[in-house]
Amino acid sequence: MRFKVMMRRLYYERLAFLSLIYLLLLILLSIIAPFIVPFDPEAQDLNNIMAAPNSHHWFGTDELGRDIFTRILLGGQAAIQAGLIGIMIPLLVGVPLGVISGYMGGIVDDIFMRVVDAILSFPAILLALAITGALGVSLWNAMIAIGIIFTPQFARLARGQTLQVRREPYVEAAKISGSGPFWIMVRHIFPNIASPIIVQASFSFSLAILVEASLSFLGMGAQSPQISWGGMLHQAYSMIFVNPLMMLFPGIAILLSVLAGNFLGDGLRIAIDPRMKRT
Amino acid sequence: MSQADEILNVLSLRASFPTYQGKVKAVNNINFSINKGEIVALVGESGSGKSVTALSIMGLNAPTIKYEKNSLISYKGQDLLTMKKKKLKKIRGNEISMIFQDPLSSLNPLQPIGRQIAEPIQLHQGKSFFSAKERVVQLLRMVGIPAPEKRLQDYPHQLSGGMRQRVMIAMALACNPTLLIADEPTTALDVTIQAQILNVLRELQKDTGISILLITHDLGVVAEMADRVLVMYSGEIVEEGDVFTIFKSPRHPYTQGLLNSVPKLKGAGEDRLKAIPGVVPNPLNLPEGCNFYSRCSYSSEKCSAAAPPITDSAQNQRFACWHPLEKKVNQFV
Repeated sequence: MRFKVMMRRLYYERLAFLSLIYLLLLILLSIIAPFIVPFDPEAQDLNNIMAAPNSHHWFGTDELGRDIFTRILLGGQAAIQAGLIGIMIPLLVGVPLGVISGYMGGIVDDIFMRVVDAILSFPAILLALAITGALGVSLWNAMIAIGIIFTPQFARLARGQTLQVRREPYVEAAKISGSGPFWIMVRHIFPNIASPIIVQASFSFSLAILVEASLSFLGMGAQSPQISWGGMLHQAYSMIFVNPLMMLFPGIAILLSVLAGNFLGDGLRIAIDPRMKRT
Repeated sequence: MSQADEILNVLSLRASFPTYQGKVKAVNNINFSINKGEIVALVGESGSGKSVTALSIMGLNAPTIKYEKNSLISYKGQDLLTMKKKKLKKIRGNEISMIFQDPLSSLNPLQPIGRQIAEPIQLHQGKSFFSAKERVVQLLRMVGIPAPEKRLQDYPHQLSGGMRQRVMIAMALACNPTLLIADEPTTALDVTIQAQILNVLRELQKDTGISILLITHDLGVVAEMADRVLVMYSGEIVEEGDVFTIFKSPRHPYTQGLLNSVPKLKGAGEDRLKAIPGVVPNPLNLPEGCNFYSRCSYSSEKCSAAAPPITDSAQNQRFACWHPLEKKVNQFV
């Protein structure tokens, strides 16, 4: 019921709705990519290295003669995975911690929030580098690192919202009906703080794609032969004076995905918040 | 009234909140009891300690509250103040429940009302929502909501204020409690709806034999509903008695002041409203003698020196005053 209303309002936010369609398409494409790509991503067309976009190689080829269009499609898998894992860890860990912290208060709150402060005091990308450094360099570990650096933001947000909601009379009323803290948190607090968390998740999704690309660009994420947009950028970077066109497509792919996540977040914020009603 | 009929007994309840400026004495030595099937009204102006008293019974005051040593709230012989949390949770919502002043915000906006009413049943009787449904429909019918089967899926924003208060009452009655605390149940509603809600409460009281502790500052509501009245002033019960006696011949000047300040239709435009002059004393530092001393037109030196003792008068009336009013008959009863 509420979901329907939300989707209808999102529909009127054109840009956000387009972004949603783009992201869904991206997810779909990255799932079916292995079955639809025109070339083997490792196949080398040595007669056509560093080719410009043409009817045969839509996005051209790289310095080893591999088809860029194929690699962009497959690289989407890494990006989508990073985005999803990057928001799943904070949703599953950060949000419950934040709700418990905000609802319980006292010493529990103090301990949780000091840990969160400690994590937040590191620059995000540096922390991600440190975590991948400690866990070992791989795409999977980069994703976990992204999840860890986003967790404090979600915990903070959930805590702040909980502090507001826990004073609501319906929470008091639930206590009077004899509900325990767990029940109250699950049934009464969480549903009422979900909207800002959904918005935050959308922003974080795009940020996670960006961080994954950055880590892969720095060589701390996807390792060859794994394909990722950041890795492709890195490879293109070394050829920048020979064939600058190679940077174009991975760059555009990252740009569009990050923009889409941000537009969707903005649109969701408007669609969810009843005070920002359209006239 | 025999001892056995007593379901709630509050004995020398003193509660205070420690603050940086000192102890805020919210409730100072109050005593009262509620019998089975009785509607007791707790009357007083804002800040007189009505809500703290109610929340003490529910055990839901802010955790900083301090109760004095021999404070006792005994419910069917068990002390609620020292009771273990787990045990208290079983009583809350099951045997003692409460409805609030503001039905607009006392319902979870994201949950259909059927689910919310079923909540106490699920918690206390271990039933699933599905098996509690029948009872929920029955409850909604009891509080006078038409076509209750169709209303289960409604969200609070689809209901009017009066309907929402009915839902709150249904939720409070879900487990057949023995005591219902109604904290200003009609304050947020307009007058015609007020009358309907009071009717619902009265009918339910008759049908189920529940006891009600009605907290209000509206003497009209008291006259309509209550069997017995407790008048509270700055944390103390200054007068207690059955509703007719209190309205007919109040002995405490404060009670008389409250009665005088009720707007009357007769002679409208001729008289101004008679307010009680002054304000409630600061609970941080209560006066030595009678708390009402500075606002009372009957006060003497005696009043500022020592707090008046509680005097029993003949007809189940008690009051705490050095200079009780003469017995007289107020004209409006």
